[in-house]
Amino acid sequence: MNIHEFQAKQILGRFGAPVPKGQPASTPDEAADAFRALGQQRAVVKAQIHAGGRGKAGGVKLLSSGQEAKDFAAQLLGKTLVTHQTGPQGRLVRRVYVEEASEVARELYLGMLVDRKAGMVSVIASTEGGMDIEEVAAKTPEKIITEPLDPLLGVSPFLGRKIAFALDLKDRQVNQFAALLGSIYRAFLETDASLVEINPLVVTKDGRVLCLDAKMSFDDNGLFRHPDIRELRDPNEEDPDETEAAKYDLSYVHLDGNIGCMVNGAGLAMATMDIVKVYGAEPANFLDVGGGANTEKVAAAFRILLSDQRVKGVLINIFGGIMRCDVLAQGVVEAAKQVNLKVPLVVRMEGTNVEQGKKILAESGIKVIPASDMADAARRITQAIKA
Amino acid sequence: MSILVNKNTRVLTQGITGATGQLHTRACKEYGTQMVGGVVPGKGGTDFEGIPIFNTVEQARKATGANATVSYVPPPFAADAIVEAAAAGIELIVCITEGVPVLDMVKVKAYLAGTRSRLIGPNCPGIITPGECKIGIMPGYIHKPGDIGVVSRSGTLTYEAVYQLTQLGLGQSTCVGIGGDPIVGTSHIDALKLFNEDPQTRAVIVIGEIGGTAEEEAAQYIKQNFKKPVVAFIAGQTAPKGRRMGHAGAIISGGSGTAADKIAALKAAGISVAMSPAELGMTMKQVLEGKTAHQ
Repeated sequence: MNIHEFQAKQILGRFGAPVPKGQPASTPDEAADAFRALGQQRAVVKAQIHAGGRGKAGGVKLLSSGQEAKDFAAQLLGKTLVTHQTGPQGRLVRRVYVEEASEVARELYLGMLVDRKAGMVSVIASTEGGMDIEEVAAKTPEKIITEPLDPLLGVSPFLGRKIAFALDLKDRQVNQFAALLGSIYRAFLETDASLVEINPLVVTKDGRVLCLDAKMSFDDNGLFRHPDIRELRDPNEEDPDETEAAKYDLSYVHLDGNIGCMVNGAGLAMATMDIVKVYGAEPANFLDVGGGANTEKVAAAFRILLSDQRVKGVLINIFGGIMRCDVLAQGVVEAAKQVNLKVPLVVRMEGTNVEQGKKILAESGIKVIPASDMADAARRITQAIKA
Repeated sequence: MSILVNKNTRVLTQGITGATGQLHTRACKEYGTQMVGGVVPGKGGTDFEGIPIFNTVEQARKATGANATVSYVPPPFAADAIVEAAAAGIELIVCITEGVPVLDMVKVKAYLAGTRSRLIGPNCPGIITPGECKIGIMPGYIHKPGDIGVVSRSGTLTYEAVYQLTQLGLGQSTCVGIGGDPIVGTSHIDALKLFNEDPQTRAVIVIGEIGGTAEEEAAQYIKQNFKKPVVAFIAGQTAPKGRRMGHAGAIISGGSGTAADKIAALKAAGISVAMSPAELGMTMKQVLEGKTAHQ
């Protein structure tokens, strides 16, 4: 789960990380008020969307009066901002963040994430801040510092200093940085974060280390212990179908093809998408109904699939382990009755209670094209949509 | 021979009274696994269909001589269940639970490093030595005793591979589902090392998916150390970048962990890669018959 920049800064600030003062605004007037409340000569107004690259896309501006803040906010709010991370459809700006301006001397990069390889949380830092860090890693890997954090020790003071010196920080900035790293690590642990990214982390002209931007993502599996963070979920930033799917604990990802896929298990779901492509068609979605799906969940999955107007055919591929084929079949039958199925439906089932499942489908009166295996299923659905 | 589990493995179920725990304890017992006990705090002294239940893993181990546990304990308590089993000296801990917070696994992994316990999972189907011992949620009937090892990050896709092998008459020595989460107890390489030393295992199927670099590391290991033929498949060739596909493991980020990268690394290591998931079994058959070049 992702949150907005201003929310990430509020969280990091609570844990003692130095962040600029600021206030979110949803209307031009609020932006003007926020500017005046800061009580400074200048302020930065930043579009709040869940995507990076806002500066280059014209979503960030340094302004010198409440009126200017109001005008710029009016320009942004309700408009779609297209950055290199949003895709061509862009994102609707519903909020801006009005923040005190900082005099920047240096731009650095600081990230913290769950490192699969180390099996720990790792710090990633670089002197090349304010840029696309993936590009830095690809072109100049020597400029990336990676340090895994031992869960017993956390951020040892020496490690904070080591990274600070590697970032060419000077004098009191070294200890400031070490403290900041400790704050970020505490925030990371206590919110079950999966990623914190400060890009750029800046050194101001008066020699302070400051989080000028902030991005936080959270481990969905950890949200049950953080109701406060769960509330920060912004449905406007998510695909409505994906949000609907999440209500039923289904994993759904919208794609561009026309074969709706319903599968149990992420690996098999991806493999099913792959084989659809092998047979010359494109999947309309990734949909994992999970292990313990009940009839209601399967029916919901089926409805979500078919709500996509581009879907010209549906492929169901279930290999029952925890998931029982009879439960799946029952769900499909119920959903097909509710939605008045008009497109071809290919079902491939194997595993737990497969015979009962096949029987339920055969006796349901729904037009189902049975498939004997994965390849057969992909072949049949691609043929069916051409017919 | 086989790896990790066989007919002598004595298994406890942690969370035996939950719906999932009941269903699969019963199925494993029917398969022939020695299900010797269950652990549910507060229900010690009762039983589940004749299987004695204990309050703690330590008590259960002492009373039953169990050397393995399987856990269906819900996510908030899953890490604690793993640690409890390790603290009681259980050698093999299989955690089926899906949805364990990743930071819990960071701690568990660090703790396990100081014990002699091995963890499989979390978020995995478990492990099976066909005809001898099934620990987990995989449908038993699709398996057949034999000499092909299977190691996979994905649950249902493992069933698919096993099913294809069995259909072609190729039995399995042991099938290990290592789990799809970012941090798991047993990696592809860990399982491959065991298969390498197992005289019964003639060849291995490795199933990976997008995200992380575990498959690339496995390819490197296979190239340098593995003595047996390997067939691989990587799920997610059509997955878009930057999107999380179902579970925490399956995400491509920053141009690393793509299916193309993984397939290239595997091929460079001389591994036969099935390009379609429907061809896993057939690719293995061809490799064994010497129809596909294997270095």
